[in-house]
Amino acid sequence: MQFGVFSVGDVTTDPVAGRTPSEAERIQAMVAIALKAEEVGLEVFATGEHHNPPFVPSSPTTMLGYIAARTERLILSTATTLITTNDPVKIAEDYAMLQHLAGGRVDLMMGRGNMGPVYPWFGQDIRNAIPLAYENYDLLRRLWREDVVDWEGKFRTALTGFTSTPRPLDGVPPFVWHGSIRSPEIAEQAAYYGDGFFHNNIFWPKEHVRRMVDLYRRRFEHYEHGTADQAIVGLGGQVFMRANSQDAIREFRPYFDHAPVYGGGPSLEDYMDQTPLTVGSPQQVIDRTLGFREIVGDYQRQLFLADHAGMPLDVVLEQMEMLGELVVPVLRREFAVNRPPSVPEAPVHPRVTAAEAARAGSTVPA
Amino acid sequence: MSAIAARSLVVVSAGLSQPSSTRLLADRLSVAVDRHLRDAAIEPSLEVIELRDHAQDLTNHLLTGFPSPALQATLDTVLAADGVIAVTPIFSASYSGLFKLFFDLVERDGFAGKPVLIAATGGTARHSLAVEHAMRPLFAYLNAAVGATGVYAATEDWGRSGDPADGSLVERIDRAARELAESMAAREPVTRSDKFADPVPFDVQRRSK
Repeated sequence: MQFGVFSVGDVTTDPVAGRTPSEAERIQAMVAIALKAEEVGLEVFATGEHHNPPFVPSSPTTMLGYIAARTERLILSTATTLITTNDPVKIAEDYAMLQHLAGGRVDLMMGRGNMGPVYPWFGQDIRNAIPLAYENYDLLRRLWREDVVDWEGKFRTALTGFTSTPRPLDGVPPFVWHGSIRSPEIAEQAAYYGDGFFHNNIFWPKEHVRRMVDLYRRRFEHYEHGTADQAIVGLGGQVFMRANSQDAIREFRPYFDHAPVYGGGPSLEDYMDQTPLTVGSPQQVIDRTLGFREIVGDYQRQLFLADHAGMPLDVVLEQMEMLGELVVPVLRREFAVNRPPSVPEAPVHPRVTAAEAARAGSTVPA
Repeated sequence: MSAIAARSLVVVSAGLSQPSSTRLLADRLSVAVDRHLRDAAIEPSLEVIELRDHAQDLTNHLLTGFPSPALQATLDTVLAADGVIAVTPIFSASYSGLFKLFFDLVERDGFAGKPVLIAATGGTARHSLAVEHAMRPLFAYLNAAVGATGVYAATEDWGRSGDPADGSLVERIDRAARELAESMAAREPVTRSDKFADPVPFDVQRRSK
């Protein structure tokens, strides 16, 4: 099972210190978080993609390429890549290039974005969000799988005799997740292709998460990619820890109360009750996260939102150390208990598997 | 006579005080609709939603993007209704903010063709056209089948015997209730499809786009 962190990349005033980081600081903070992820033994760092303030990560492959050069094992991913407003040709090229530079340590998560004006800024119409997600992704797949593509669609210039370069590393396209909080159409799309489905459950109650993941699993089996329990599922998580849970609540509350997403709304206690947000001791985080399996079954990827709402970098890095030291090792052990051998791991590039095997000192399977 | 048919009637009341004249009007309307349905051999079930009880959850839903379990159940109840009586106090020339908040969060698709009786209360009769100018367009936007008679009750209506042009409040309640009951009786009971249980297959979705 893979564990990691994902960052939205928001520049938000720290509500306690009253200080707002510069873009330069925030970008370096994201890099520091990615490096820390590898250092504490997490597998994945995923960056958001945004094209408006107060967010900094408009250019994910630039950032991920830099992180790739400074890490050895970390899988670089996105949360999410805008399949709606990016040109699928550019996604194919950028992520294939990143895949080469990172030795295969790349996958990506498709998303539609959440800010209306991004569509017209990139020449698209938000009313076409789902059709864009379908058509663009269909083209992206073909660009990675067919050396020469003839293609015609509704949303972009036709292609005749086009070859996307570089070709995917060793001919293996990056694995793709589809992220959606509320659209069954996207769960259906992920199932149709046998791709991964990521539910960013941190904003939603568990009954909804269960229904979305159930739908994806059932349809994955329907499209004959395997049994429902072999579908590739990822979940979000949002935690804040202190040894004493009351300290965690006290320290996190001002960040919760002023957070861009839920500030001014429900109480911290209600929100913890209704969503996976867990503020408390490491043991509480372990218990809550293990409970995700009761909701969605055995799954493959768990990403935590570590930095947001103006949380200062030193605290974020400290939280990641607690994750790596106190939480994730227990989760790995406990999630492995009673996990059927038929449940696969999340697909990674063969070079990643080989490198892990080499590090573990075993022989590389032929 | 054929077997007794059933219809669900849901009252949405945005009254604020307990008791409120808005709820008083809502209750008069629901009793009248109930009677007309029974006269047509229809067994009504009645559920009353007091929006006041959901005020915090409505605000939270607006801010967080998801409803609490209790609010989800309430939204589901309204969407599953065969007929709706929607009653609000008139504030500042329109329905109350609480009333609008609720209908902002109702799925529009689930309201198409749904029989709705609109009604409002206010301190004086001067605000009565707010029913026509504010409430009716809101439900027209939701594609609801809004009854021809909207009921407005000013404070003074609770104590006098009627207006020669429009009849008494009691008469208007009865007229609106009869219209709603007839429209509910004429329509098949609501069945809601579950897009999670029965997804539209990918190929069909792709072709339809």
